[in-house]
Amino acid sequence: MRIEQWLYSVPLRVRSFFNPNEVDHELKEELREHLEQQIDENLARGMSPEDARYSALRALGGITQIEQQCRDARGTNIVADFGQDLRYGFRQLFRNPGFSALAILCLTLGIGANAAVFSWVEGILFRPYPAVAHQERLFAIAGTARGETGATELSWQDFLDLQRSCTLCEDSFVSKITGSTLSIGERAETARGSIVSANYFGAIGIHPVLGRGFEPDDDAGNNSHPVVVISYQLWRDRFKGDPEIIGKMQRFNNVPHTIIGVAPQGFYGTFVGWAMQYWVPASMEETFESGGYKLEDRGARWAEAYVRLKPGASLAQAQQEISAIAARLEANYPATNRGRGIGLWPLWQTPFNNAGTLLPTLEVMVAVVAFVLLIACANVGNLLLVRSFARRQEMSVRLAIGASRARLLQQLFTEGLILSALGTAGGLVAAYWCRHALVLLLPARSGIAMYLPGEIDARVMTWSAGICMAVTLIVGLIPAFQTRNLDLAGAMRAESSGVVGARGRAWMRSGLVVFQVCLSFILLVGAALLLESLQKIRSTSPGFATTSVVTTGVPLVAAGYDVPRAKTFQDELIDRLSALPGVESAAFARVTPLGYGTYSSTPIGVDGYQPPPEEQPAIEYNQVGPRYFATLGIPLLSGREFTSTDDENAPLVAIVNRTMTTRYWSGQDPIGRRLQVNGRWARVVGVAADSKYESMRETSTPFFYVPLRQEFVRASALNIRTNQPMPGMVAALTREVHALDPNLALYEMITLQEQVNRSTSPQLVAVTLVSILGVLALLLAGVGLYGVMSYSVAQSTRELGLRMALGAGAANLLRLVISRGLRLTAGGVLVGIAAALALTRLLGKLLYNVNPHDPWVFGSALAVMMMTAVSACLLPAWRAARTDPARVLRD
Amino acid sequence: MSKPSDLVQGTLDMLILKILALQPLNGWAISQRLKQISSDVLGVSDGSLYPALHKLEHRGWIRAQWKTSENNRRARFYSLTQLGRKQLEKETANWNRVSTAISCVIKLREA
Repeated sequence: MRIEQWLYSVPLRVRSFFNPNEVDHELKEELREHLEQQIDENLARGMSPEDARYSALRALGGITQIEQQCRDARGTNIVADFGQDLRYGFRQLFRNPGFSALAILCLTLGIGANAAVFSWVEGILFRPYPAVAHQERLFAIAGTARGETGATELSWQDFLDLQRSCTLCEDSFVSKITGSTLSIGERAETARGSIVSANYFGAIGIHPVLGRGFEPDDDAGNNSHPVVVISYQLWRDRFKGDPEIIGKMQRFNNVPHTIIGVAPQGFYGTFVGWAMQYWVPASMEETFESGGYKLEDRGARWAEAYVRLKPGASLAQAQQEISAIAARLEANYPATNRGRGIGLWPLWQTPFNNAGTLLPTLEVMVAVVAFVLLIACANVGNLLLVRSFARRQEMSVRLAIGASRARLLQQLFTEGLILSALGTAGGLVAAYWCRHALVLLLPARSGIAMYLPGEIDARVMTWSAGICMAVTLIVGLIPAFQTRNLDLAGAMRAESSGVVGARGRAWMRSGLVVFQVCLSFILLVGAALLLESLQKIRSTSPGFATTSVVTTGVPLVAAGYDVPRAKTFQDELIDRLSALPGVESAAFARVTPLGYGTYSSTPIGVDGYQPPPEEQPAIEYNQVGPRYFATLGIPLLSGREFTSTDDENAPLVAIVNRTMTTRYWSGQDPIGRRLQVNGRWARVVGVAADSKYESMRETSTPFFYVPLRQEFVRASALNIRTNQPMPGMVAALTREVHALDPNLALYEMITLQEQVNRSTSPQLVAVTLVSILGVLALLLAGVGLYGVMSYSVAQSTRELGLRMALGAGAANLLRLVISRGLRLTAGGVLVGIAAALALTRLLGKLLYNVNPHDPWVFGSALAVMMMTAVSACLLPAWRAARTDPARVLRD
Repeated sequence: MSKPSDLVQGTLDMLILKILALQPLNGWAISQRLKQISSDVLGVSDGSLYPALHKLEHRGWIRAQWKTSENNRRARFYSLTQLGRKQLEKETANWNRVSTAISCVIKLREA
């Protein structure tokens, strides 16, 4: 239609849409007028009044049809029809409440699972930081080392250089997670906060609701700006919303800080996994980080940072520029930066927070929920097919009285839309309830629950609406397929009796069941593989004892201990603990393996080992106290353990692990050889067996240990080897600590096994979620199979009765129905096996030492599937077996 | 009630436009005029006239107004719009071209 035609037609359409009655009335008027004029004309020709009327009516034809054709010609019907279809659809919905409830429930589960997972993906990966401006241009930056995968932190000096010279970056800021003891009144607890660069609040577009953010030079100097911005929640809950809070003093890690601002509600900082409660400027780094003042040391890598790129700058361009900056730093500062680069990551791959840990799980979940949705759609499709069969008569009548097929399709799609829209609404409500559910699967650390909120924003809503439309198409198309070959005459005849497994209409329902079985089989295999992998991880030895060792910590830094006092305290506590009955040994160490802490890392030098050019081997190490190896049960392969004589006055010593021996001393015994650590030479006194350091999934890594006394850290973890049960140990330790200093509190005490379990929690999350959805899928497939079998039994009572009358026993009929159900299942499983063989590879990162094609896993999934199939067929089969031949044949 | 054949369907629109180009008329008058000129050859039933009128109205080619006729009846009078006039010219030209071509072909075969 041309544009100028709209000038005429739009007002007409608008009128007939808003005033359909008036338009209809005019049409009737017009036709009546025509009739009357024709009658007048006929009368004038001399007809009798009666003849005149009949002749006029005959000439005009069926008035109702003409009216309908005129309405069609006006073309306003799509909207009006839609309204009519909606009303009719809802009436249908209430006429079969059981059917409708089941269909909507299936869709709610399917769409809800999708919406929940997408809300997690949105809230954790794509828009992880509520209230932060322009997250789509935000990227994580971290250090890289040549020849190694993974990321390290950045040094403050490198960050400052990057901030100065990056032209594609609009803003760059540091935000490093930290923890501290917070005592307000009588209550003391651990609080999570961030050490940030002074530009932090400006860069992320957050304006404190009270007070101000940081001044530009708040991040310069050492402990020179003890100021803090607190979160809205902390202000409301712990400071009772005190309106006069600004300017008040609060101790963090025993250092008084001035509260200068309160962050707005709904802002939780910039770390995936925990809600931040306070922010301090980088100048306070020494107070919150272990390992001393690091702002002027280019080799001290501790900062986690983000950049926001300018609009239009791509990741690749920015990476290029940042790599060039890193290369310049490498050339200018070879001592600290040799072999070091700087990498840029999208937020969802952030290497230093839980986005990175949860990414593989969430990736798999996106695929899994798509499967569940398809299974749910197949179920609803099946239900609709059964119903469309029951509605053949209605459809045929509508066709017979002049409805076009397009009109019938429109009706079916409208009904599909009602179902999927209700399902989507239900699904969004379910997703809203589940948005915080992920945290339930992850353990709290140091007594602080994780914070991993799902985000149901416009994008998730849009996505759900898209899913809703797709579902509408699917569930509308399936019964539409059936009406395609609706045969008028056939449908008007009485209901014909079918045969169990009759061909024809049944093939589509059977196809859907095969499809469902196939998808749920794949999910079962995936869940079983993940479960096996989790068991393998948990049963793998980490290389240290897990059951008889507990770990905890004493917050010496927070309590204001200086280094000499802390050393004395540690020594005295170890002496006291060793004297306790049931305690074999105890040792401090900077980091407990697989814990949350990060190890120190240093470039090393080894006599006689020439590193490849341009590469500076950097190795992680731990500072451990005397008897550490005995306490953790890490075997020493040769040499000796650290003792209390390896102190600051003694020559520097180190213990290396076996992988390090192999790599740097070609497997020869390195005892007595020299190792350069942080530029100073230490002598190797022992070789320890390899163990796990940061993750249960890591392969053998070079690693070494230095005595805690020779590189002292106040914030060290306490490890105790004991045969005492946990509560007794906690009480004993508290007693001993209080004997030394009644003001000291203790961190949470856990066994190393618990530590291992916590470090594998992402695997646990994956197993739990995939299992839940796998069971859901199995249930849906079972319901689908049950539906098809009971329908086909109900349709073929006559055949079953005949068989019985001809001598088939109940057992025969039972077998007939079950074997048909099993044939469908077997078909689905066959396709499922092929698909699973191809797909389980994708579980990749989540699998540990598990063959993705493990026949045992496939076998057990098959067994579960078959058992489900048999139980789904039992009831229909039993009903078939109870057919009363006399009654059926009489009917 | 049968649908008019394709030929009639196409020509019906043109005939209506042509009739209305002379003067505004109501439905009944148009049907009378149609019968007169086509002497029932086209077999346009009164029934198929009204959907066609409504369609043309929606395309913006004709406009409908309620008026009182000479014998004091209120009736819906259709008149040609500017767009309809253009459309009529176009269709007439088209028709002439096609019918000339067809008659040429027919003459060829007779010769």
